Amino acid sequence: MINLKNVTFKWHKSDSSPTLNIKELVIEKGEHIFLHGPSGSGKSTLLAILAGINTATSGEVSILNQNLTTLSNTTRDVFRADHIGYIFQNFNLLPYLTPIENITLGCEFSKSRKQKILKQSSNKNSALQKEAIRLLNALGLTAQYHHKDVATLSIGQQQRVAAARAFIGSPELIIADEPTSALDTNNRESFIKLLFEQAKLSNSTLVFVSHDETLKPLFNRSIDLINLQEQV
Amino acid sequence: MIIAKLAYKSLLNRRASVLLTLFTIAISVMLLLSIERVRIDAKSSFSNTISGTDLIVGARTGDIQLLLSSVFRIGHTNNGVSWKSYKYITSQRGVKWSIPISLGDSHKGQAVLGTTLDYFSHYRFAKKQNLTFNKGRPFAAINEVVLGSEVANKLGYKLNDSIVISHGMGNTSFHHHDDNPFKVVGILNPTGTPVDKTLHIPLAAIDLIHGGKASLEHEHEHEHDEDNNLVGHPKQITAFLMGFNSPLYTLQIRRNINQYKPEALLGIMPTVTLKELWEMLAIVEKILLLFSAVVVLVSLLGMLTTLLANLSQRRRELAILRSVGARPWHLFTLISIESLLTTLLGCLVGSALYYLVIFSAGGYLQSHAGISVNITMLSYYELGLIGVIMAAGFVIGLIPATRAYFYSLSDGMSIKA
Repeated sequence: MINLKNVTFKWHKSDSSPTLNIKELVIEKGEHIFLHGPSGSGKSTLLAILAGINTATSGEVSILNQNLTTLSNTTRDVFRADHIGYIFQNFNLLPYLTPIENITLGCEFSKSRKQKILKQSSNKNSALQKEAIRLLNALGLTAQYHHKDVATLSIGQQQRVAAARAFIGSPELIIADEPTSALDTNNRESFIKLLFEQAKLSNSTLVFVSHDETLKPLFNRSIDLINLQEQV
Repeated sequence: MIIAKLAYKSLLNRRASVLLTLFTIAISVMLLLSIERVRIDAKSSFSNTISGTDLIVGARTGDIQLLLSSVFRIGHTNNGVSWKSYKYITSQRGVKWSIPISLGDSHKGQAVLGTTLDYFSHYRFAKKQNLTFNKGRPFAAINEVVLGSEVANKLGYKLNDSIVISHGMGNTSFHHHDDNPFKVVGILNPTGTPVDKTLHIPLAAIDLIHGGKASLEHEHEHEHDEDNNLVGHPKQITAFLMGFNSPLYTLQIRRNINQYKPEALLGIMPTVTLKELWEMLAIVEKILLLFSAVVVLVSLLGMLTTLLANLSQRRRELAILRSVGARPWHLFTLISIESLLTTLLGCLVGSALYYLVIFSAGGYLQSHAGISVNITMLSYYELGLIGVIMAAGFVIGLIPATRAYFYSLSDGMSIKA
């Protein structure tokens, strides 16, 4: 699923030591990974490389057997939109769209994700909406909030919308970047469990990033970025 | 499709600033269209003042001066044309009709024109239109007057009213001819020409007005006793208009007039002289055009400023779109559609405002400037102007669109709420 070999990353060519230096990282399909490490350990950089936002300075990054380092910017944009759902730390919802519209936006820019939904549905017109509603219900946001102004939703509610947007169209890889940092412990656990359920349903691999090690036991595998990084 | 929807929702979300931009454009469109309409209608009103007349003949002076005094009632000629010369010239071969006119008197500041019944049958304006009566009929007796529409409106005269005509121009003429009241027998329809501001009386009546004064100077008691002929026996007229059977005669007779020995006369072709006069005024026309162009330019620059200022506020919004899979050209399209939509709406609102303006100001322009403004569908020229504004708005929108295109994806990943 994810295969990193001898990956290094420098922000600037002149940097003396790389921000990221990973000899090998392999994540299998369907795994739920807890990626942790203190601030500044390179978590964001690694995620940016996995999502194809930044390209590795050297080494090989392949996702779904596709080597990202050799793709053009445009192809990488398309690849990301088609195969990766991303839950942002600050949710990145558009304030002028309703929750439902925000969620369907996730597959409006990807033909393959849209097709996946349309294939399962008989009613082509409302298929996207129905899927968005199903996801919101599954993630615990009740119908009364589905058409409200996003800005009036609570943090926890916004987070469910953001998660639903990542899951819509069942992308192969879900990356969650500290999505629980604004929640209290109880809510965190229940939210993560909902994420697991959805990931299983859509057969997605989940990479969950946090600096909060108390969440570690919930996952079947965890990776400590400090240990992963090769000391220079 | 999704881009259009996003553009719409996003515009709606920023409606305050969008509305302002929209109004700037609307107002500039309205100004441009109004100025252009006034400019074009002024020109056509101007050249519509007189038509169908082949030659105007008066005492020798400048071409434009003769045109101004005989047609526009601006300024006045000191000399006239003797009745003898008039009779002689109009008896030439090829003359179809002629209208003698005698100016120089006024009624409450409005010009008084002495003429014959030929005036009502041969005088033409605009597209060879004849004068038509709103009420009443042409004068039939020496003490009857036909009013231009504006004279009747402004002074509140009705049929059968009695009015007094004074000698000389201006309001404060001391020499009132109280003993010669005139009866209003006809009121003309509006023409948008100086005819509207004119009182028409029989040529013979001009003599009658001056009778008292003239009798002191020279003896002609025999002249208008019992003389009910509308023409009378004037010694002199101000000018006369002529129409010919064929345009071929125009140049020939004009040459003869300009070389006429007994009297120094001048014959002008009104269409040619009108054109010369308008060319003298062309600078005003060009300044008007320049003004409207600058107004549009300023409003488009205003739009650019707003768009660019909005763009930095919207960096996060655009970055979010990038992060959910929108590619650079999606953002480019989004911003372009938005500016196009704003300009389009601006143009629509502007056109509506423009109709409102010409609808409400048309009457004022007609009565105060003599410019008849027509309320018609947008002409191809006006549609062309709007098209140019739309195109300019679109091109200007490409500037922020290009900037949005290069917004990097990492914005969306790192910008904090």
